[in-house]
Amino acid sequence: MRTHLSLDRRLTHPMTDTALFVEPGSGGGLIQVVHRRYLLRLLVHKELRQRYHGSVLGMGWSYMKPAVQFGVFYFVIGVFLQMNRNIDNYAVYLFSGIVVMNFFSEAFSNATRSITDNHALVKKIYLPRELFPVASVVVSFVHFLPQLIVLLVGCFATGWRPGPLQLLAGVGGFILLAAFALGLGLVFGALNVLFRDFENLVDLILVVATWASPVLYTWTLVTRAIGTGWLWTVYQSNPLTSVVEIFHRTFWAPTVDSAAAMPPRFLVFVGVAAAISLLTLALGQLIFRRLDGRFAQEL
Amino acid sequence: MAAQEIDRIRVEHASKEFTLRHTRAFKEVVVRSMQRRRRELSERFMALDDVTFSVGEGEAIALLGRNGSGKSTLLKLISGVMGADAGRIATRGRVAGLIDVGAGMHHDLTGRENIFLNGAILGMTEQQIKAQYDRIVAFSEIEDFIDTQVKFYSSGMFLRLAFSVAVHTDPDIFLVDEILAVGDEPFQRKCLARIRELREEGKCLVIVSHDLDMVSQFTDRGLVLRKGNLLLDGPIDDAIALLRSEDLYEHSGNADQAPGALSAIEIDPESPGPGLG
Repeated sequence: MRTHLSLDRRLTHPMTDTALFVEPGSGGGLIQVVHRRYLLRLLVHKELRQRYHGSVLGMGWSYMKPAVQFGVFYFVIGVFLQMNRNIDNYAVYLFSGIVVMNFFSEAFSNATRSITDNHALVKKIYLPRELFPVASVVVSFVHFLPQLIVLLVGCFATGWRPGPLQLLAGVGGFILLAAFALGLGLVFGALNVLFRDFENLVDLILVVATWASPVLYTWTLVTRAIGTGWLWTVYQSNPLTSVVEIFHRTFWAPTVDSAAAMPPRFLVFVGVAAAISLLTLALGQLIFRRLDGRFAQEL
Repeated sequence: MAAQEIDRIRVEHASKEFTLRHTRAFKEVVVRSMQRRRRELSERFMALDDVTFSVGEGEAIALLGRNGSGKSTLLKLISGVMGADAGRIATRGRVAGLIDVGAGMHHDLTGRENIFLNGAILGMTEQQIKAQYDRIVAFSEIEDFIDTQVKFYSSGMFLRLAFSVAVHTDPDIFLVDEILAVGDEPFQRKCLARIRELREEGKCLVIVSHDLDMVSQFTDRGLVLRKGNLLLDGPIDDAIALLRSEDLYEHSGNADQAPGALSAIEIDPESPGPGLG
């Protein structure tokens, strides 16, 4: 085999002269997804159709799950454990964190399964495989929108008057979140083709994720328990923590008179979150490209 | 062979090795590695071994060989579904084909929606699909059911629709894997007529089939593969003659295929059958 390779180098040189020749299957990664956004739209449509096929409530289910989840957390953490005495307008505080976690969980877990779920296509027809994880993230975004509307209703009902800076922060936070989820989805989606263990690992990560960020509680409770040493640095370096905190600033803080102060070095950690998210996305693309040629034979 | 400038496909020293892993369970991996029998965890064989050829513009070639000779693997390398382990493959222009035409179909969508989805999967733009839409529907002969969900179709209707989309994608390179399995006889005749049409339009055709009579009608050049090696690249009649003499040789009791290798390639279905699922 080695001899073939070296021989090949010499012989293929003239091939580079003809610019029109391309190596099949060597798509431009995520850039190809942009080129084929019409197909992306159809795949998202297909995904939604399949998800709600044969159900009476249809998209209504995307309201049901967060509603029940919110109810459980509100009564258990807010009322029974009396968190709503510590946090003004706890309902909005809680829900603005929940929408972050819901989007992330759905996007990450579905992107992880997206290649194996579409094995029939992956094995038979070439198309840029990045389309599948990206479609999963877009589907999660479609489910995120109704939750956002509910959140906004709650915000307006409690006197939400956001400034432009807060709105911008919210949008920026969401972009960070989507990049992070897609990056992780690319990594785990590709690895899951080789070993299905990864989808279970992702489920495990997601169980921890909701509790590892200040969704149900405030960051002050964390610093009270672990101080602001290296453990706090680890806690804050989680991009989800920063995004949840950004969402609190965007949706919850303008509705209360005395919002808790921002966590120490908050802006630094937002920068860290942005760096980690983009790095994850780049790494995800790299690993995905590396393993892409093996998908068809491993499935 | 065609001159360099008008090549459509170039395959240079392409090799593809498959590793068959027998198990992936953690327990077994650990146990086996402790037994120092690690090698048995996987088995390797060459599906393609140093294959070189090129196909020019407007040329129609046939890939011939017994089951497990590497024909379908070669098609997958050309279409980009798989990457080669060694060597280079390059194509010029859009590649599409009749390879498991049902793979892009989704049962919960209607026939109409499937035409658009499948067309887009095969690389068509929205405008191209719209332009071809009426022709696709007419070709498939299922006008009355076009707004019915595909899961209510008979398997014949299902494949007819998938096939109709595939033959209207208007690619530069058209890959065909076992076309005659689709539909009833009149429809098959129509399909063959359509392929002949593509050929006359000057499309580059690569056909994999076991139907040697059909192949000889459509192509003028044949590549014979055996266990991943390119045995012959020449006029189609020579290729067919070689294949027939090989068959005789094999049937006279000298079947020397490695059982592992053969069954392994069979995993990836050479015979299309209804690609439901």
